[in-house]
Amino acid sequence: MLGIAIINGREPEMQIAVASGKGGTGKTLLATSLMRVLASHGPVLIDADVEEPNAGLILGIRPCTTQEIYRPVPAIDPDKCNYCGKCAEICNFNALVVMVNQVLVYNELCHSCGACAYLCPQDAITEIGHPIGQVELTNLGDNGILITGRLNIGEAQSPPMVKAVKSMHRSAELRIIDCPPGTTCSMIESIRNSDYCLLITEPTPFGMHDLELSLEAATMLGIPTGLVINRWQDDDYTIGEFSARTGVPILARIPFSSKLAQSYMKGKDPLEAMPALPFILSDIIKQIREALS
Amino acid sequence: MKEILVLSGKGGTGKTSLASSFMYYAKSCIACDYDVDASNLPILLKPNKLQDYAFSAGETACIDNESCIDCGVCAALCRFDAITSDPSYQVVPLSCEGCGFCSHVCPVQAITLQECLAGNWFISQTPHGPLVHARLGIAQENSGKLVTLVKQQARALAEREKHDYVICDGPPGTGCPVISSLSGAGLAVIVTEPTLSGIHDMERVIEVCRHFDVPAMVCINKYDLNDTNTVAICDYCRERDIEIPSMIPFDKSVIEAMVEGKSIIERSDSRAAREIRSLWKSVEQKLGENNAHLRV
Repeated sequence: MLGIAIINGREPEMQIAVASGKGGTGKTLLATSLMRVLASHGPVLIDADVEEPNAGLILGIRPCTTQEIYRPVPAIDPDKCNYCGKCAEICNFNALVVMVNQVLVYNELCHSCGACAYLCPQDAITEIGHPIGQVELTNLGDNGILITGRLNIGEAQSPPMVKAVKSMHRSAELRIIDCPPGTTCSMIESIRNSDYCLLITEPTPFGMHDLELSLEAATMLGIPTGLVINRWQDDDYTIGEFSARTGVPILARIPFSSKLAQSYMKGKDPLEAMPALPFILSDIIKQIREALS
Repeated sequence: MKEILVLSGKGGTGKTSLASSFMYYAKSCIACDYDVDASNLPILLKPNKLQDYAFSAGETACIDNESCIDCGVCAALCRFDAITSDPSYQVVPLSCEGCGFCSHVCPVQAITLQECLAGNWFISQTPHGPLVHARLGIAQENSGKLVTLVKQQARALAEREKHDYVICDGPPGTGCPVISSLSGAGLAVIVTEPTLSGIHDMERVIEVCRHFDVPAMVCINKYDLNDTNTVAICDYCRERDIEIPSMIPFDKSVIEAMVEGKSIIERSDSRAAREIRSLWKSVEQKLGENNAHLRV
């Protein structure tokens, strides 16, 4: 489509994470547009923003299949348990409380480490599945696959859900990860094992502040990074200095366009609203390839 | 003392702008920033840090290589792939959950758990009142615990100094920090925008508020940018009896104020500022305070 050999047939698989720090800077726009531009490579787009997954909305598609995801939590066999209290003593998250003739399990506090079940002297603990959300899969035919993680309402721990969604289609030629905002454990889980991390920001003090934090996170994991400035208006703000200081290159500037904003609001293809966008994106991919070669 | 929590689900819809504006209108308030890993309220309020405290939560395993006999039991049982064997058995702190399973199964007791410094929290002074905020270390868990700590400190300070309101800038998403920030809140103000993702994320965060029984109202930011989506938000809220007291128009002066790191209200003649002021009146009314002490 673009006349650029983006990833040749036999290239090793590649995983690109799209992260930002601050929310609302354009992660999903960038991730879904990259998927559209790279359609001929059958990309797998993983929406790892499991608390607020939006990639499917932006692509205007509904899931074909849905799979329930569970994580293990302890279940006590009252016939075997002698209420010795060992499990509560071991659990570092206070998920178990042992009473005179009852053991209370707080699933929401449990981190699913399995220590209690393994170490119970009476062998009275088994692990059962606690539902945490769904993984939705949409096959776009030749244009790739979208995999979305959706955390259940009221469920606090998102990293197990991120792990579940990332475990799908591992061996794909190209995986794009749409990450959650922030720099907490779920963002780390999302960018982990990526070959490259694209940090998208906006030229405001907020965007700048959160960009620094997200770069720190990617650097801790040793992932090469590049910057994309979104809603760029003839000025790099302080991002230029930041790039010079940290050595992280600015790969692209996506200009502010009310036409793009309008069409995005309607859920239309951004590549049509901004004719330059496909070229900006191909150039990003080219630079990533060069950085990784 | 009433607690108002500004939420959105989706990031970048205007939580911080709205929370900082509320602070300006509230006669006597404390602000708190629950977005502990990417805290932005301080950028607008330019606070003067008065107190700085360390926040420790959770533990990380540590292997003593002198006593380790390379049996590999810990690495085989760890569910978080937090133990590598190359070149010697070691804990990967970024992956360690601090469960302590490894320390219990090590046959030579070579593994201990060490408390880790997870971040800092601060009490600061701003022109509109005190601010309680925090900075969670990169990749740290326990953001919910830090939110709870910030909340407790803000409440104690509000009680002590007899403030009417605690105004809270909430985190994005629906997970652990959001759940922690909802506990005990008197009202959630959900700010959304007329985009498909804005609507979707608002719906999820409304569900979370219902789940934890916190009353909610909705504010549509930049409502005039897409009529169809704005109508969809109104319909959704009407069906669920959720009030939309104000809608904020798209206003270039808001963007300009943001780039300058200023509050929208500092341009009090703008259309956006007028709407926010009327929203604040509705918030006060909803919380049973009919005497809106407005400064402007």
